[in-house]
Amino acid sequence: MRDKLPLVLLIILGVFGLTDRFLPHPVAEAFNSYLRDTLLRIISAFALILGLGNLILRHVNKIKHKEEHWPHSYVLLISLIVASVIGVFGGISGELWFPTSVGDFEFDITTIYFNVLTPLGASMFSLLAFFMASAAYRSFRARNWLAFLLLSSAFVVMLGQVPLGHAISPAIPEISQWIMEVPNTAAKRGIELGITLGVLATLLKILAGIERSWLGSGR
Amino acid sequence: MKRTGLSCVLLLLWLLAPPGTAQVAGDTAAPAAPTEVKAKDTPFDGGGSISIEWDAAPGAAEYRIERAGPDEDFAEVETIAGEATHYADGGVTDAVAYDYRVVAIFPSGAEVASDPITGITSAPQWFEGNLFGVALAILIFTGVVVWYIRRARSGEQLYVRRIAGLEAVEEAVGRSTEMGRPVLYVPGTGTMSEMGTIASLNLLGEIAKKTAEFGTQIKVPNRDPVVYTVAREIVKGAYTTAGRPDAYDPDSAFFVVENSLAFAGAVGGIMVREKPACNFFMGPFHAESLILAETGSTTGAIQIAGTDQIPQLPFFVVACDYTLMGEELYAASAYISREPLMLGALKGEDIGKVVFGLFLIIGTILSLLTGWDFGRILSTGGH
Repeated sequence: MRDKLPLVLLIILGVFGLTDRFLPHPVAEAFNSYLRDTLLRIISAFALILGLGNLILRHVNKIKHKEEHWPHSYVLLISLIVASVIGVFGGISGELWFPTSVGDFEFDITTIYFNVLTPLGASMFSLLAFFMASAAYRSFRARNWLAFLLLSSAFVVMLGQVPLGHAISPAIPEISQWIMEVPNTAAKRGIELGITLGVLATLLKILAGIERSWLGSGR
Repeated sequence: MKRTGLSCVLLLLWLLAPPGTAQVAGDTAAPAAPTEVKAKDTPFDGGGSISIEWDAAPGAAEYRIERAGPDEDFAEVETIAGEATHYADGGVTDAVAYDYRVVAIFPSGAEVASDPITGITSAPQWFEGNLFGVALAILIFTGVVVWYIRRARSGEQLYVRRIAGLEAVEEAVGRSTEMGRPVLYVPGTGTMSEMGTIASLNLLGEIAKKTAEFGTQIKVPNRDPVVYTVAREIVKGAYTTAGRPDAYDPDSAFFVVENSLAFAGAVGGIMVREKPACNFFMGPFHAESLILAETGSTTGAIQIAGTDQIPQLPFFVVACDYTLMGEELYAASAYISREPLMLGALKGEDIGKVVFGLFLIIGTILSLLTGWDFGRILSTGGH
């Protein structure tokens, strides 16, 4: 029963998910949106509790066993507790009863988000420029004719995107556009076709009960 | 001969005449009502819509669509440009009878209404008929996959193409074992409702079995709490299946953070501090793909990536040793497990791809020869 119930549930709900686009009737649409917007959110909420529990336990254990870099865990746990208290009891912009400002200094959750999390995210994102440079250096070395082809097309595409390319020859932006629109689009569509069929085959394997890894616990 | 020449000149003058000439003729024509007005329930929709079509009234600048409900006078629904000859009224209630008429409005200000069409009702449909071609294609593909699963079930040995990235999995896990370092498996940064994540978790089961057999530690950081709970169960299950439940570490799958860039930072930290001997990046990735793959590359780990997010593929190709492109990610669990039924499904998928490839080639040739767009057969019409 413990094996069968998830499988039966999956088959029923999976078939509804698969036929979603083919059934315009309001009854079918209402059922599907109930599954997506209500049931899935409830499951996500419970999973978030499990996830947070796991995060807190891991870091408490790290502190307890004085594992490598254990002081970092204090930073995480204190940030988690402070942000949770401010967010839950202070509201999104400090509209609840918990005080979220001292004089002109505001520390409501929106301020924290825009002044701490956003710059931190932007810093991580800006690292991409350096990673791109190092990755491009490795991949654009013309070791064989395929790598040479990649290097040449990348060079033309990059040159076509800047005014210098047009200044050298008006044909460069056109060639660049052609590379992007014809060979690049053709390759992308080929991969997309494979992905679509792969998705469908995976869905069929799961619905037929052939693929059961997701059930976990050795089934 | 002279007459023929004159006819040719007149014909040429008529062809070269500016469009305004015809417009003047239209303007001077007596205003007439739109003819052949038809109204019907909009097909293949969820109800609440009636479609009206008509033949153009010569010289009309605009058309006003008017509707009358039960015991109501005609009222404007919308005024549309004079080129239009059809309109879908999406503001009706199902099973209520409506009357319609189309009023042609002329540049002179004259308005002429068509005869009313009475008693039109709308109703929801159960099947989206515009997607018939897509539904048929799915059924054919399903048939091909089921056929090959049956052949595999009957014991037939099926040949499946070689995928270099998956051949390297055993070598990568073996290397981790020899070096006494963990295996890092990142199941993407997507959610559980994405098929790429599901395919990645299926593969995680197979790789976790290998780490259990080899006695190697596996680390599975997660960005999504739902994915984390499933990943934890899968790793636990894999260790049980491999006969090593005692070797299972409950901390092997763990939740990190929901913010994807913060997640990339945390996983980068794990890679730099713990130096896993092999990194798997499988599933949907977004902007953080290159941050993860380049950081892993600097630690000297064998890196195998796979994603169905096409924009991220080039990043993985340049920064990883092996990359599974698109559908190879979906084929991975079957390929590694070598389970006959799974291989049957994989073989069916490959044959399905050949069938669709042939359809594309034949459709392209026929479209070029006949001018009819064969792509419309499989069009989703914006769905």
